[in-house]
Amino acid sequence: MLAIESSCDETAAAVVADGRHVRSSVVSSQVDLHARFGGVVPEIAGRAHLERLLPVVDEALASAGLSRADGPSLAAVAATSGPGLIGSLLVGVSAAKALALAWNVPYVAVNHLEGHLFASLLEAPDLEHPAIVLLVSGGHTLLVRLDAPGRYALLGGTVDDAAGEAFDKVARYLGLGYPGGPAIEAAARQGDPTAVAFPRPMLDEGFSCSFSGLKTAVVTTVRARPELSTEDVAASFQAAVIDVLVHKALAAARAVGARSICLAGGVGANGPLRARLEEAAAAAGLSSYLPSRAMCTDNAAMIAACAFARLERSGASPLDSGAEPSLAFPAA
Amino acid sequence: MNDTLQLESSVEVGRLVLLSPSAASTRALGALVGRLLEPGEVVLLSGGLGAGKTTFTKGLVAALGSSEEVTSPTFTLLRTYASTPVVAHVDCWRLEDLNEVVDLALEEVLDEGGIVVVEWGEAAAPLLGAEALVVTISDPGELCGSARRVELCDPSGRFRERLAALAPRLARVGR
Repeated sequence: MLAIESSCDETAAAVVADGRHVRSSVVSSQVDLHARFGGVVPEIAGRAHLERLLPVVDEALASAGLSRADGPSLAAVAATSGPGLIGSLLVGVSAAKALALAWNVPYVAVNHLEGHLFASLLEAPDLEHPAIVLLVSGGHTLLVRLDAPGRYALLGGTVDDAAGEAFDKVARYLGLGYPGGPAIEAAARQGDPTAVAFPRPMLDEGFSCSFSGLKTAVVTTVRARPELSTEDVAASFQAAVIDVLVHKALAAARAVGARSICLAGGVGANGPLRARLEEAAAAAGLSSYLPSRAMCTDNAAMIAACAFARLERSGASPLDSGAEPSLAFPAA
Repeated sequence: MNDTLQLESSVEVGRLVLLSPSAASTRALGALVGRLLEPGEVVLLSGGLGAGKTTFTKGLVAALGSSEEVTSPTFTLLRTYASTPVVAHVDCWRLEDLNEVVDLALEEVLDEGGIVVVEWGEAAAPLLGAEALVVTISDPGELCGSARRVELCDPSGRFRERLAALAPRLARVGR
């Protein structure tokens, strides 16, 4: 199975055998291009994906000991069809469909969010179910109950800003640069997380969360108390986000009787979040799976694993299916 | 401080200034504005981080009959809500260039009778601003707490009668 992921920052391709064994996983990050804009600029994203896609695909094939001549022997070619930026998605979807057509193999469209749930299958096949997956990225903040690979239910999500978006916006506001997650984390290391008691929004209100008010609180606080150091504000903001995420994940685990907690998505690379979640899960007698950084952030291996399950369950996707920027979390 | 919207200035031609004491009243103002829009019209929202642009849009979309959760469109740039008429909620925070706004094909939404609401709308003004209702929300910190000053500006005169009809329905400061 060859899979392509191009929903946002990363152009990625991977070859995965039997939905479990990663033969190659190549990621060509566009982060340098975006850094000076303080966010993803879609036109740049689309064009850069176009330039990088074929080299990344060739590299993924070569690392797996294959070449384009082996295309017709693949089980399928998969691509992320949404959610994401339309121009970026179209590059991956069009390439995957063209390759599938040329090689006469099935094409499989994959929901990016569902793809993240398959990261655990690749790195932690012994994960105990049911599990709670905390999926936190620039565009998404979701709590999902995972009953088995491919079987899950959405418990809640953000009612306004995603956690990663709050990191990006606060980082730009504080002049710390992009991407916001690593920038805040680095500044926070030099700061005091108790310097400002930022609100912990919607802490005990079910599994939905809200980060817009917290972002506003940062702006209001910085204006009212200009003497505060950027590092202290960053550390206090990060502590508030982590408190909310860990609290929600643990509450969800208790509510559904989960046996483990998984982290997924780009914000899952945040060191203090990983440490706090692992500690809290252990204290609650739950096992935790913290994916490697490469598996937290967008990659094509998880898309291939998801595509494999999808192909077995519901067959190939039609070649006239398109890209869907606002694709919702799938009901399954 | 209550949740009642207050008219701050006397009604001038093409301009209403309101005091919105809370997030709830900002949302209510979004609903009032939503109800006075016609198919094919544009609202440009401006105001800094945390001003309440998404809160305003939540009220606007709900007033047009959609119960969908309105979340920030920053990541996907564009979210469409199945209200009547359809609302395309756009965010230009990450856009630098007018051509990127062109790529979002908002003209098509308007041609099909949809309403376009643009956050960080300054970037889209050259393209969509000619007959837009421009809503400027003051930044957090300029007033105390969650209170905001909101200016409804109608540079083209398209909304003149509708804004004039709205004014008497609002409480006045200092009465």
